Amino acid sequence: MAEALLEMRGITKTFPGVKALDNVNLTVQEGEIHAIVGENGAGKSTLMNVLSGIYPYGSYEGDIVYEGQECRFLNIKDSERLGIVIIHQELALVPYLSIGENMFLGNEQTGFGGINWDLTYQKASEHMLEVGLEENPRTLIKDIGVGKQQLVEIAKALTKNVKLLILDEPTSALNDEDSLNLLNLLKKFREERGITCIMISHKLNEIAYVADKITILRDGSTIETLDNTHGKVPEPRIIKGMVGREMVDRFPKRVPDIGEKLLEIENWTVFHPLYTERKLVDNVSVNVRRGEVVGIAGLIGAGRTELCQSVFGRVYGAKISGTVKKAGQELVLGSAADAIAHGFAYITEDRKGDGLVLSNSVTHNITLSRLELVSSKGVIDKDRERHAAEDYREKLSIRTPDVEQLVSNLSGGNQQKVLVGKWMFAQPDIMMLDEPTRGVDVGAKYEIYGIINQLVSEGKAVLMISSELPELLGMCDRIYVMADGRIVGELPRAEASQEIIMGMIMQASKGAQTT
Amino acid sequence: MSNLKTSFSKNLKQFVMLITLMVIIIFFQVLTKGTLLKPMNVFNLINQNAYVVVLAVGMLMCILTGGNVDLSVGSVVAFVGACAGTMMITWKWDPYLSTFLCLLAGIVIGAWHGFWISYVNIPAFIVTLSGQLIFRGLTLIVLKGLTLSPFPKAFMNLSTGAIGNFMLEINPAALLIFTVIISLAVFFLQLKSFYHEEDEKFMKSLLAALLISFAASLAVFATIHYDVVTHITRFLLGTELRNVSSLVIGLLLAAGVIFIEIKRRADRKRKGYSYDSLEATLIRALVIAAGIIYFFYLLANYTGAPVVLITVGIVLLVYSYIASKTVMGRHLYAVGGNEKAARLSGVKTEKIKFLAYVNMSFLAAVAGLIFSARLQSASPQAGNGFELDAIGACYIGGASAYGGIGTVGGTLIGALIMGVLNNGMSIMGISIDMQQVVKGLVLLAAVAFDVISKQKISFPFLTRIFHRRTSAG
Repeated sequence: MAEALLEMRGITKTFPGVKALDNVNLTVQEGEIHAIVGENGAGKSTLMNVLSGIYPYGSYEGDIVYEGQECRFLNIKDSERLGIVIIHQELALVPYLSIGENMFLGNEQTGFGGINWDLTYQKASEHMLEVGLEENPRTLIKDIGVGKQQLVEIAKALTKNVKLLILDEPTSALNDEDSLNLLNLLKKFREERGITCIMISHKLNEIAYVADKITILRDGSTIETLDNTHGKVPEPRIIKGMVGREMVDRFPKRVPDIGEKLLEIENWTVFHPLYTERKLVDNVSVNVRRGEVVGIAGLIGAGRTELCQSVFGRVYGAKISGTVKKAGQELVLGSAADAIAHGFAYITEDRKGDGLVLSNSVTHNITLSRLELVSSKGVIDKDRERHAAEDYREKLSIRTPDVEQLVSNLSGGNQQKVLVGKWMFAQPDIMMLDEPTRGVDVGAKYEIYGIINQLVSEGKAVLMISSELPELLGMCDRIYVMADGRIVGELPRAEASQEIIMGMIMQASKGAQTT
Repeated sequence: MSNLKTSFSKNLKQFVMLITLMVIIIFFQVLTKGTLLKPMNVFNLINQNAYVVVLAVGMLMCILTGGNVDLSVGSVVAFVGACAGTMMITWKWDPYLSTFLCLLAGIVIGAWHGFWISYVNIPAFIVTLSGQLIFRGLTLIVLKGLTLSPFPKAFMNLSTGAIGNFMLEINPAALLIFTVIISLAVFFLQLKSFYHEEDEKFMKSLLAALLISFAASLAVFATIHYDVVTHITRFLLGTELRNVSSLVIGLLLAAGVIFIEIKRRADRKRKGYSYDSLEATLIRALVIAAGIIYFFYLLANYTGAPVVLITVGIVLLVYSYIASKTVMGRHLYAVGGNEKAARLSGVKTEKIKFLAYVNMSFLAAVAGLIFSARLQSASPQAGNGFELDAIGACYIGGASAYGGIGTVGGTLIGALIMGVLNNGMSIMGISIDMQQVVKGLVLLAAVAFDVISKQKISFPFLTRIFHRRTSAG
């Protein structure tokens, strides 16, 4: 048996309020391709960021032993010096520099008195040959496709004498042909140069094709490591490992009281705001009834957030087409203000980035979206505003010494409650919740579920995006499954299970692979 | 005690600013051997810095929207001055009409900037840099490179000279206006202090307003009729003041500050909000009141309070009201604090930015009029570098360079710090070159203090050295 190249022992990483990694162990042998799988938020990317020094030594607990030596990386340069190179899902290339310049960025080939361009491009060509990239090294990155850009990243890794290559969802943006090329390239490197590879992926067929070992992460813990060298590990086995979670009574009970259709989205299509050729939401039709909680399951990038944000006053996307009806009435929502005025609310998945104004107080955040409710002729009535804030603080048990406290001083769970309170204050009929419990501890989750139940019992319609399948199964009356911008399934609660939903998603990505 | 603590940490920045201002004043008072606070110098200080305060308030609104600044204000000041000069001096138009047209010109200029910034999405830095060149150029074209003077007297009265000694005799009209203002103020303050559901709040407030305003008018009448202030000052100081009215204005303002501070605290306590301790409230109120009285006492020793204080006072009041009490103000802070979140909350972010720039140029026009009235001429080089004074005042006054944080009060303190620095160093005979060095360092120090106190800055290279040492040893 080969020497273990890398051993990560007892890695624990905590973010404020959340344990992202809990005592994770990972052993990678020299010269193997090691796949890491798990649901969104299972801790895969966090683990790789710990390994590559993006989260520096001291910000996590546990040991990293690489080539028999304990390592304490303080930044990414430290790990690269030892031949550990990470390629992120979002490629880190500068679009207006050439292939060669990108490959040696931060590692410039200097000669006497500056950069030696001849050497740069000569070396670049050599490495490009190794990865099978047939382009002029002076071509600008923006002029080549995503597949080739991925190859440039790998060629760039080669310039750093890579021994351990980490790829975070390398094929998520690639078509089948490019994906296959990439996987074959990894195999070739393993055979010819003994490069070890850690690959994060959701595409189980790719993993089965290329991986020697498969480690499954779930909720920040290692579940098991499967050996894929002798015979293929069956896919259901992996899926079970990924989702197999105990379903204790984590959800408050609710007796569904479902009325008429309140929200109908029909033939909704959205393109990327910058790359207007990329279709993000593809002819989606969804409806939600009064008093109903409807879930949308899917992986990151399936188009769920884009769907909700484009419906919510077209705040995201380009070339949007399709119709939105509320209670049978067709609406044209041109801005977030329009959507709010028509009783829509969208609770973002990114509370710090898109949801809250952190430098403002709890009160100011809660009332921001409907200030007209506490003001007359453009002048805010501070007492009424204060009353409203106190009201929601009590209803949602937001733990803060004072509603004048700045939101930035609150814990993640309480910030999330402020965000929910803000949109409850807006008195919507239709609430679109995007990952409403992300980064929130178990207790606060339960409280938020209770709030959701309360909302639908008042006759509101709730559309809920979540990457946590148990949450969808526990909360929703009906679940849509989305993959690659399309609805690939619709299940009533009684028929839904984690295995079925995961199966649908995997089936869809595989479909995209073969067609 | 915990209440005191929360309020103190919340107001820490403002306290520090205020203390810094006082330290700087005392510092220059000593170094200039008492010249800084001589009545005549205080009078000049105000006239010299009035335009900075007006510009800084406008700049604050821009900075709040996300750390954007307006580099064109110096040129707009010059351009508006040039327009005023051409209308009033060359064409001999009516001063009031000309003033109105100049303010209108400011709004149009602001709309021009705002259009490119918020609807075409060109960075504010570039648009206003272009504005700086455009309006400086237009100034030279309008003035043909020459300086126009003098302005008609009616125009100069708007912003130069002192408020006269109105306390010499009783003016029935003025007394009536005074009574009405006092009663309105009391009425609204009283009304606000009630809960919504309370009965008879209108009657109660009205009664309070009538009683207090009647008492106040009676007091004023008696004071003037028997010349009380003169008697008192003669008794206390042994001398007579040149302009007793100034001192009276100061006393009234000080009384107002103390009254409002105490009333606010009482209201908050009654409504169950967090409130400052009585000591903290009183100390703050008394310090501010003492400062105001001393300030107006100094002015009373000279020709009296400058007329321009009225304009500046109105600007400060109106904009602190907008910033803290209106939907518009709240949206400004939200856009600067988190533009995406604001947009997703239905805030029309483009409109807010647009208005911030329209307002900036409007206030630049106001400043331009004040400035040319003080210089009594329209000069092609007027307003050079004013934008930097205004921006500096905002940042020294605690505005965040990333937007969303800053107050009108802080900006006023920032502008005063800049003004005292300028004036103090000039009296000491420090060269302009050196003055700029000092001002630059003060600006950097103020912002550095802000940044460091707000976030725990980590110095990765220090950590690295530290770790190297431990692993080596």
